[in-house]
Amino acid sequence: MGQIELQKVTKSFGETQVIPPLDLVIGEGEFVVFVGPSGCGKSTLLRLIAGLEDISSGTIKIDGKDATDLGPAKRGLAMVFQSYALYPHMSVRKNIAFPLKMAGMEKAAIDAKVEGAAKVLNLGDYLERRPGQLSGGQRQRVAIGRAIVREPAAFLFDEPLSNLDAALRVNMRLEITELHQTLKTTMIYVTHDQVEAMTMADKIVVLHAGRIEQVGSPLELYRTPRNTFVAGFIGSPKMNLLTGAVAKARGVETIGIRPEHVAVSKDSGEWQGRVTVAEHLGSDTFLHVNSDHGGMTVRVGGQMNVGHGDTIWMTPDANHLHRFGADGVRIA
Amino acid sequence: MATQASRAAARLMISPAVVLLLLWMIVPLGMTIYFSFLRYNLLMPGTEAFAGFDNYKYFLTDPAFFTSIKNTLVLVLGVLIITVGGGIALALLLDQPLWGQGIVRVLVIAPFFVMPTVSALVWKNMFFNPVNGLFAYAAKAVGLQPFDFLSQAPMFSIIIIVAWQWLPFATLILLTAMQSLDSEQLEAAEMDGASWGNRFIYIMVPHLTRAVTVVILIQTIFLLSTFAEILVTTNGGPGTATTNLTYLVYMQSLLQFDVGGGSAGGIIAVILANIVAIFLMRMIGKNLET
Ligand SMILES: Nc1ncnc2c1ncn2[C@@H]1O[C@H](COP(=O)(O)OP(=O)(O)O)[C@@H](O)[C@H]1O
Ligand SMILES: [Mg+2]
Repeated sequence: MGQIELQKVTKSFGETQVIPPLDLVIGEGEFVVFVGPSGCGKSTLLRLIAGLEDISSGTIKIDGKDATDLGPAKRGLAMVFQSYALYPHMSVRKNIAFPLKMAGMEKAAIDAKVEGAAKVLNLGDYLERRPGQLSGGQRQRVAIGRAIVREPAAFLFDEPLSNLDAALRVNMRLEITELHQTLKTTMIYVTHDQVEAMTMADKIVVLHAGRIEQVGSPLELYRTPRNTFVAGFIGSPKMNLLTGAVAKARGVETIGIRPEHVAVSKDSGEWQGRVTVAEHLGSDTFLHVNSDHGGMTVRVGGQMNVGHGDTIWMTPDANHLHRFGADGVRIA
Repeated sequence: MATQASRAAARLMISPAVVLLLLWMIVPLGMTIYFSFLRYNLLMPGTEAFAGFDNYKYFLTDPAFFTSIKNTLVLVLGVLIITVGGGIALALLLDQPLWGQGIVRVLVIAPFFVMPTVSALVWKNMFFNPVNGLFAYAAKAVGLQPFDFLSQAPMFSIIIIVAWQWLPFATLILLTAMQSLDSEQLEAAEMDGASWGNRFIYIMVPHLTRAVTVVILIQTIFLLSTFAEILVTTNGGPGTATTNLTYLVYMQSLLQFDVGGGSAGGIIAVILANIVAIFLMRMIGKNLET
C-alpha cells in the first residue's frame, strides 16, 4: 500500500505549461520531499497526485492501479494543507471525525479512533474546542489527526510548517518524522525550505520550473549535486559557485565549494579575500568574504578570531570541489 | 483619544450631529404620540380634543387589525423563504466559473435598481394580467384557463413581486459570503470523502449562516413596511386580503382622514416592529457574534 507512480505527467493552466512531462516513482513507505523555490510547481504537482487538479496528459498509478481519472476521495490519500483547512464551526473532535463520518462508520468506532488519534497527537484536552481557540501548532496537529484517522495509503503535506514560528517548526518537524517512523506510511511532503527537506526526507525531489532537477537521498544531493541549481539550492549556507579564471584554470566553466570545505588561514592559502561580515553562531562562525573571485561564504570554527575588514586566505578542499560544465551539469 | 481633554473635545465636536439626529427622530415620534391621543379628523377641523386611549381602542378592535398583522407576517415570512432559498441557489450558481459571468451578475442584480412602484406595475400588467399578461398568454397557449393572480391569489402575487425585488440583495450578500469560503476547506472535505451534498450541508451552510442572518435582519426591517407594491396592485384587497399593518395605517389616516387613529396605528406598528426585532435578535442574533 502506498506506491505512487507518475508517468509523463504534464499540467497546463491555459497556455502556460506549469509541469512539463515528468516521471517519478515514489516507493511504499518512503518519506519523499518535493523541494524547490516558490512558484516552481510543487503544490501543483501535489494537487495532481491528490486529484484536486486534473492532469493535462500522462498517467498516475497508485499501488499499480491507474488512478488518473479517480476523484480525490477515491484515491485513498490524505492531505494536510498549508492553511490547515480545518472546519471552523466544528469542534476538534468533529473535525477529526469528519472523514470517518463521511465514510459511514459507526459512532462507537469513530469515537475510539478519534480518541486514539488525539492521544498520539496530544490533543486529548482540546477535543471539545473549536479550531479558532487553538494555537498554530495545535491546529496543525488537528489537521494531521484528521489525516491519520483515515489510515490513508499516503499522506500529502503542502508546506505544513510555514505558518509556524521557528521554534515550533523544529518541534513539528521532529513530530512528523516520528509519526512517519511509527506509521510507516508513504508521505509526500512539499516545502521550499531545504533544511526541512534535508532533515526529514528519505528521498528528495528537487524541482525547478516544474522540472525535476535531481532525485536522491539527502546526502547524495549534498555530496554529488547533479547541476549548479541543485548545488546552490541544497546546503546551508549555500555552496560557493565560482566562474571565470579560477574555474578555467581547472578546465571547467564553474566550480563549486561548500563553505565548510574551505580551509581558512590568516597568513597563507590559495585565494585571498577581505571579510565583510562575520556571523558568530558560537560553535561556528560564517564569514562573508569579498574575494578575488567574487563574494564567498566560508565556515570557520567559533574560536577563530576574525572580524570585519580582516584579510584572510582560503584554500578549497580538493576532495570536495564540484566541477560543472558550460551547461551547468556536473562533471564527475 | 488618550487624554481627558481630547476626549471632552471629541464629545463637544460630535454633539451637533448627535443632537440633530436625536431631534430628527424624536420630533416626529413625539408628534405622532401626541396626535395618537387626540380626536383629530381632517374632515372636522377645529374639533381636536383629548381622546385618551380611544384611538388605540378603535384601532386594536378593528377586525382588519388582526388580519393585517397576519398578512404582514405571511408577507415577511414568504419573501424571506423565497429570497434566502433562491439567494443561496443563485449564489451557488454564480460562484461557478461560467462564461459571461460579469454580465450574468449584472443581470441578477438589476431588479434591485427598479423602483417598487414600477416593478409592481410591470408585474401587474405584464405578467399577472388575466387578459394581456404573459402568464395568461402561456396558459392559453397550452390550453388552460388564464389564472387571475391578483384577485384569486393576491397575497401570493404580492409575495412574488416583493421577493423578485429582494432576491438580488440576498443573492449579492450570499454570493460574497460564498466567495469568502476558503477553497482549501472544500478541497479538504472533498478529500475526506464528502459528496457535493455533504459539502453543502457541513461546510457551505455553516459558513453562510452569518450572511443569512444579515439578510434576514435587514430584509425584515424593510419588509415590515411594504407599501408601494400593495398600493399599486391590490389596494389592500380583495377585502383585506393583502392589507398589512402599514397599509392599514395609511387607510386609517389618509383614506378616512383620521389623523388620530392613524397615529395610534403608527405607534402600534412601531411597538410591534420592536417586538419582532427583539424576537429576531434573540433567535438568530447570536450568529453574528464571533
Ligand atoms: N489555478 C491556477 N491557474 C493558473 N496558474 C496557476 C494556478 N495554480 C498555480 N498556477 C501557477 O503555477 C505555478 C506553480 O504554482 P505552485 O504549484 O503553487 O508553486 P509552488 O507551490 O511551488 O510555490 C505558478 O507559476 C502559478 O502561478
Ligand atoms: Mg505552494
